[in-house]
Amino acid sequence: MDLTSVARRAWVAPLLLGLALTGCGKGPWNNPHPPPVDDGITYQSMFTPAPPKHLDPAVSYASDESLFLMQIYEPPMGYHFLKRPYELIPLGAEDFPEVEYLNADGVVIDPSQGEVAFTRYTLTLREDAHYQPHPAFARDDSGDPLYRFDDPEKGRRYRQIGDFPETGSRPVRAEDYVYAIKRLADPYLGSPMLGFMGQYIVGMREFSEQVQTAERGQWLDLDTFDMRGLQVLDERRYRITIHGRYPQFVYWLAMHFFAPIPREVDRFFHNPGFADRNLTLDWWPVGSGPFMMVKNDPNSEIVLERNPNFRADFYPTEGAPGDAEAGLLADAGKRLPMIDRAVFRLEKEVLSLWTKFLQGYYDRSGETHGNTNGVFDQAFVVGPDGVELSEELAGHGITITPDVKPGIYYYGFNMRDPVLGGYSEERRKLRRALQIAFDTEEYLNIFYKGNGIPAHSPIPPGIPGHVEGEAGINPYVYDWVDGEARRKPIEEARRLLAEAGYPNGRHAETGEPLRIFMDVQSQAISNTSMNWIRRAFERIGVQVEYRPADWNRTREKLLTGNTQIYSHGWLADYPDPENFLFLLYSPESPLICECDGANNSSYERPEYDELFRRMRVLPPGPEREALVARMVEMYREDAVWLYAYYPKDIYLNNPWVHNNKRHGISKNTLKYVRIDDAMRQQKRVAWNQPVTWPLYAGGGLVVALLLPGVLAYRRRLRATARLRG
Amino acid sequence: MFAYIIRRVLYAIPILIGVNLLTFALFFVVNSPDDMAVSQLGDKYVTPEAIDNWKRKHGYDKPLFLNPDAGGVETLTDTIFFNKSVKLFAFDFGRSESGRDITTDVTTRMGPSLAVALPTFLVGIGVNICVALMVVMFRATPLDRGAVLVFVALMSISYLFYIIGGQFLVAKTWKLVPISGFHPEGQVWKFLILPVLVGVVAGIGAGARWYRTLFLEEANQDYVRTARAKGCSELRILFRHILPNAMIPILTGVVVLIPALFMGSLLIESFFGIPGLGSYMLDAIRSQDFAIVRSMVFIGSILYIVGLILTDISYTWADPRVRLS
Repeated sequence: MDLTSVARRAWVAPLLLGLALTGCGKGPWNNPHPPPVDDGITYQSMFTPAPPKHLDPAVSYASDESLFLMQIYEPPMGYHFLKRPYELIPLGAEDFPEVEYLNADGVVIDPSQGEVAFTRYTLTLREDAHYQPHPAFARDDSGDPLYRFDDPEKGRRYRQIGDFPETGSRPVRAEDYVYAIKRLADPYLGSPMLGFMGQYIVGMREFSEQVQTAERGQWLDLDTFDMRGLQVLDERRYRITIHGRYPQFVYWLAMHFFAPIPREVDRFFHNPGFADRNLTLDWWPVGSGPFMMVKNDPNSEIVLERNPNFRADFYPTEGAPGDAEAGLLADAGKRLPMIDRAVFRLEKEVLSLWTKFLQGYYDRSGETHGNTNGVFDQAFVVGPDGVELSEELAGHGITITPDVKPGIYYYGFNMRDPVLGGYSEERRKLRRALQIAFDTEEYLNIFYKGNGIPAHSPIPPGIPGHVEGEAGINPYVYDWVDGEARRKPIEEARRLLAEAGYPNGRHAETGEPLRIFMDVQSQAISNTSMNWIRRAFERIGVQVEYRPADWNRTREKLLTGNTQIYSHGWLADYPDPENFLFLLYSPESPLICECDGANNSSYERPEYDELFRRMRVLPPGPEREALVARMVEMYREDAVWLYAYYPKDIYLNNPWVHNNKRHGISKNTLKYVRIDDAMRQQKRVAWNQPVTWPLYAGGGLVVALLLPGVLAYRRRLRATARLRG
Repeated sequence: MFAYIIRRVLYAIPILIGVNLLTFALFFVVNSPDDMAVSQLGDKYVTPEAIDNWKRKHGYDKPLFLNPDAGGVETLTDTIFFNKSVKLFAFDFGRSESGRDITTDVTTRMGPSLAVALPTFLVGIGVNICVALMVVMFRATPLDRGAVLVFVALMSISYLFYIIGGQFLVAKTWKLVPISGFHPEGQVWKFLILPVLVGVVAGIGAGARWYRTLFLEEANQDYVRTARAKGCSELRILFRHILPNAMIPILTGVVVLIPALFMGSLLIESFFGIPGLGSYMLDAIRSQDFAIVRSMVFIGSILYIVGLILTDISYTWADPRVRLS
C-alpha cells in the first residue's frame, strides 16, 4: 500500500458522497420523507416525545393519543371547529340527544315538579355513517367472517392490518355504541371511565362485577350480558339512563370513550395469536371517522389515510368573530377532509423537530404541543406589541397560532394545615400576603417565556364563567390601574402579614420566623425556579422549605393531606365551569371521600358546596352565571390557591397550511386542514439547496492532514544511515 | 474447546439468576405494583378499583415470591417473581405495560440498531487502527505528540456535542443529509451517514489513543527491529507484524462489544430518530415501563456473557498458542 495513493483516494470519498447524494432522487438531499406513494396530498407531522401507549378508545386517556383516535372514531357528539365559547354539535348522532327525567318509579316527570331519580338520553344516529374498510367486516361466500381462526397457525402470516387482502364495511348501528359502553365496564380492559361512569350509568357496576366473574375464554362476548342503563331501540336509536341529573353527561358523549365499537371488530382482534403480533384494537383502531389508520409503527411513524366510506361532511359556514377576517371561512361549505393522508413521525428531540419544520418538512410545529418553548429565542423576538416572530421566520411566511388551553396549573394551600389553613380572617390575610408576594407575572415571564396567563379565578378563557377585564380581576391581589390588572405592592403583603400575626415574617409572640413548606415534584421544577420562589417570599421575611418527591410520593401526600403547599394542574374534559369548580367541592377532598379526589386543598365551605350542587344541574343562563360568580368570589375571598395560571402554547404553521385554528377541547380537527401542495414543493426546494463546498473542503482537509505524513514517510524511506563523528 | 464453551455457558446461569434477582428486587422494592399502576393510569380518575384492575390485568395482583393460597407447585409459580422474572429464562418476555408484545418489538428493532451500530463499529475500528498505526510510525516526533494532544482533546468533548454539532453543521446548515429519521423502505443509507460519521469521529480520540499505546508497546519489541533490519517497509512492519501481535488486547476490548451492538446506542438512536433497541430502552425508562426494562436488562446480560465467551474464542484465532480447555 502506498500512502500517496491513499492520499489521492481521499479526494474520491467526498466526490462519491456528493454523487451518491445527488442520486437521492428528486428534490433536496436532506428530505427526510420517503417518496410519496401517490399524487394525493399528504399532511406531514410528528408525534413527540414518545409513541402513544393506547389507541383503544375505552382505555386511552391522553391528549397525545386523542390526536389519532379523534380522527378515526366518531362519538355521538362533537364540537364546532370555529365557534367560541366551545359549542357542542352532533357528530355521529343526527341531533342532540332527547333528554327525559324519570322519578324513582321510572315515570317520566317534569324536573321542576318532582325528585329526579334518573335521566334518560335517547340518541338517534345519522343514516350515512359507515365504517372504514377493514378485514373484520370481510365475509366469505356463505356470509361468515372471513378471518376467524381457531388455530394460531392459520393467522400467523398476518402481521399488519394491511396484510389482509380482503376487507369489508357496514353502516354504523346503535348496537355498536352500546357495545362500546359495555367495554368501558369490562374490568379486564381497565378503562379509566369505569370508576367514574360507574357512579352515573345505571347498572354499569353490576355489569362490571358480572363480567369479572364470567369465564373468559378466547373472547368474551359482552352482548351476552345486559346493562340496565343501556337499551338498543332499533338500528339507529339507543338509550342511556343515568342516575340523577348530570347535564354535563352530554359532554362526555363527545369523547372517544363513547365512540362505536362493532362487536365483530372486537371478535376479530381476539383471534388466537393476534395479540402476540400486536394485532389488537389497542393498536389498530377501527372507526367511521374521516381517517383510518393504515400504518402503526409506534417506533417510527403512524399513517392515517382518508376513509373512503366517510359520510358527507362539510367545512362550517359560520365562525367566531374575526374568523372570516383571518381567512378561516375561505373553505366554508367544502367537502371534508381536505387532505388524503396524514403521516406522523416520531420526534424525540427538539433540534431535529425544529430543523425539519424550518426546512419545510413538517407542516406545523406541533399537534398537541406547539414545541416552541425549547427554541423560543430562535423563533421569537419581544417587540413593542409583545412576542413577535423572528425576522427569519417572518421571512418564511410562517404564521402564529396562539392557544390558551382550557386548563389551569396551580400551587394550592392545604386548608386543613394548622399554620396556613383555616377560614379565620387572620389566615385569609396570611394567605393573601403570600399570594401578593408571589409575582405570577414575573414567574411566568422568566420560567415559561410568558406562555401562561395569570389566573384570577379557577375558570380559564373560553369556558362560560370566565370574565375578562376589570370585572374579572381578583381584587384581593390586584388593582385595576390604567386599564390593566396590576399586582398590589409588596407593602400591602407586609401589612397583611403583620395583621395576620407575623410582622416582618415573624410570629408576633414567639418571634419565630414563618417557614412554609412546599411539596414539589422533583421532575417538574428547577433549582432556579425554586430559588426565585425563595427570594420572592424573602421580600416579606417568609422562609421557604422544599419537599421534593416523585409523582407517586406526592400523590400519597395529597391523599393523606400531609402537605402544606402543593402543586397540581387540571385540563378540562369538557368546556363547562363545573369541570373546574369541582376542584374546590368538599366531597371531592381526598380526606372526605377517601378517594383520589380532585379537591386537594380540602376546601370546605358549606355555602360553596350548596351552590355547586345547584349550579351543576342548572342549564346555561343568568341564574347559573350568578352562582358561578359567587363561587369564584368565595375562592378569591378564602385565597385557596397560592398562585395559578392558564397554560398557553404557541403553534407555528408553514405558509402552505390553512385553517390552523386550535381547539382546546377537541382533537378531531385534522379534517379541516388544507395544504397548498404546489407552494410546499416550491418552498422546500428553495429552502433546502445543499451547501456542497464543505464536501470538497473536507476532502482537502483530509489530504492536507495526510500530505505531511506522506512526505515524512517518503523522507524516512529515502533516509540513509549516518555515522556520528 | 467445546467443553470449555459448555462450561462457560453453565457458569452464565448463576450470573443470570443473580442479575435477575437483583433487577427484580430493585424494581419491586423501589416501586410497588401500586406505584406502577398509578404511573401507568395517569392523573385523572385513578380509583382504587382502577388500580386493582390494572394490577390484575398485568399480573401484579399476586404475591411477590410465595403464594401459599395457591398450593402445590403454584405456591412458587403463581407469583410475580415467577411470571415476571423466571419466565425470562424461557425467552418469554411477555407484554409491555402498554400491552405490546415485547418479543415482537425487540426483533423488529434489532435491525435498525444494527444498521447504525455495525457500520459505526467496523468503520470506527478501521479508522482508529489506521490512525493509531500512522501515529506510531512517527513516534517520538512532534507529529506524534500533536496527535496525542488532539486525541485527548477529542476525548474530552462530550458525546452530545458531537451529535448536536454534527446535526447543526451537516444537516441544518449545509443541508447535506436529513437531520434525523429512518425509513426501511429505501435510501436507508441517507439516514445512516450522519450518525455513523458522528459515532466514528466521536470515538477517534479514545480509540486511536488506546490503540497507539498497544502498538507502541509492540513497536519496541525485538521482532520489529529484526523485521526492519531485514529491510521490511514501514507499512509492512505495521500491518503484518505489529498489528497481529497487538490483536489480543484489541480483541479483549472489541469482541465483547459485538453482541452488544444489537442493543444499539441510547443517545445516537434517540437524537437521530433511529427506531432501535437503544431508544426502546430509553422510552421504557421514560414511561416507567418496567416489563421492557427488565427484559432489556436480561437480554443485555446474555449478550454480554456471549461477548465474553466470543472474546475467549477469538484469542485462539489471534494467537494459535492459546488453547481453551
